[in-house]
Amino acid sequence: MVDKKTKTGVRMQKDDERLVHNRGEEFLQVFKKGAEFTQDLLRENERLRFRVLDLEKSQMGGGETAPAVEVKKLTERIADLEQEKQEILDRIKQVEEENQDFAARYLEIEDENNNLANLYIASYQLHSTLDFKEVLQIITEIIINLIGAEEFAIMLLDEKSHELQAVTTEGVELSEVPTVRLGKGVIGEVASSGESHFAADFDSYERDFGAPMVCIPLKIKDHVIGVLAIYKLLMQKKEFAPVDYELFTLLAGHAATAIFSSRLYSDSERKLSTIQGFIGLLTK
Amino acid sequence: MSEYNVLIVEDSPTMRQLIAFALKRIRGVRIVEANDGVDGLKKLSSERFDLILTDINMPIMDGLKLVSLVRNDANYRSIPIVVITTEGAQEDRERALALGANDYITKPIQPTKILDVARKLLRIV
Repeated sequence: MVDKKTKTGVRMQKDDERLVHNRGEEFLQVFKKGAEFTQDLLRENERLRFRVLDLEKSQMGGGETAPAVEVKKLTERIADLEQEKQEILDRIKQVEEENQDFAARYLEIEDENNNLANLYIASYQLHSTLDFKEVLQIITEIIINLIGAEEFAIMLLDEKSHELQAVTTEGVELSEVPTVRLGKGVIGEVASSGESHFAADFDSYERDFGAPMVCIPLKIKDHVIGVLAIYKLLMQKKEFAPVDYELFTLLAGHAATAIFSSRLYSDSERKLSTIQGFIGLLTK
Repeated sequence: MSEYNVLIVEDSPTMRQLIAFALKRIRGVRIVEANDGVDGLKKLSSERFDLILTDINMPIMDGLKLVSLVRNDANYRSIPIVVITTEGAQEDRERALALGANDYITKPIQPTKILDVARKLLRIV
């Protein structure tokens, strides 16, 4: 009985010892795993710390280079834009200058156009009629309205007497204008030479029927048929513009032709009516 | 169809042509010419006008009479009138303006001046 009890007690003791041993083994295993895990953690920690240091280092290093490149790029871009702006400003300036040139040119062309219009109208009107009186009227209108003369006379040359006589006047009486002999005085000299005369100083000029302010020969080619003598300009007309000289040239030629044609036409009309009168008498 | 009808009353064909030539630079302008005041009134009654340019010294009916008649007629009262005078004829010009003319142009005629005055009265920018 006792042995049985003893045996049972020994067996139980052995079981207990085995259990303790097993537990110890288990604990040792757990401890080992814990130690390994701790070492892993420490290694990971160290690795991460290095990584952090690397990142910090690279960030610090990269933080300095990236803006510098960007700044460089932006500086270059700004320089390009500045250059572009300058080019645009230069172009604007150039265009403005061109615009001013165009504006000035436009005004010149406008003036030229007006002058041509005046010349065209004068020419057109001068040849619009064959009536002698109408021709004289048109010449008078041109001188008043286009040239701006207030006192003047149109004098025609008598081929037989070699005298110049006023046929129409404006601002002065016809009887006031004296007859002038060809080659005598300013008017006579203009008629014989065919060269225009302009007084040296318009401001100080005082009316002189023998020496007009302006004297223009009316001529067909080189043949002078009369003169235009101007004694006074309209109040607002202080001096002659270039177009006035063109008008004088035009008058010198076209007015002479118009006067000559109309006189010729009037003479032929008169002769025709005389002849018709005779024929009428003969055939009755 | 023309935008602006302009009546030129002037006895001198040269002047009429000169004024018409200047006015033709206005886009859409139509020009009607009259020899004197009576002819001008006749033309005025036949159609609507936007502007009248008239000389003062004319036979049959002068420009001053024309201005006076136009301004006293309810049908034409609102039509702007420009008188054409010589620089020395200040009295005529003042009379024309007193009678109701809107502006004046002096001889010798400057096409640019005609254009400026016409554009102003036709309200062309």
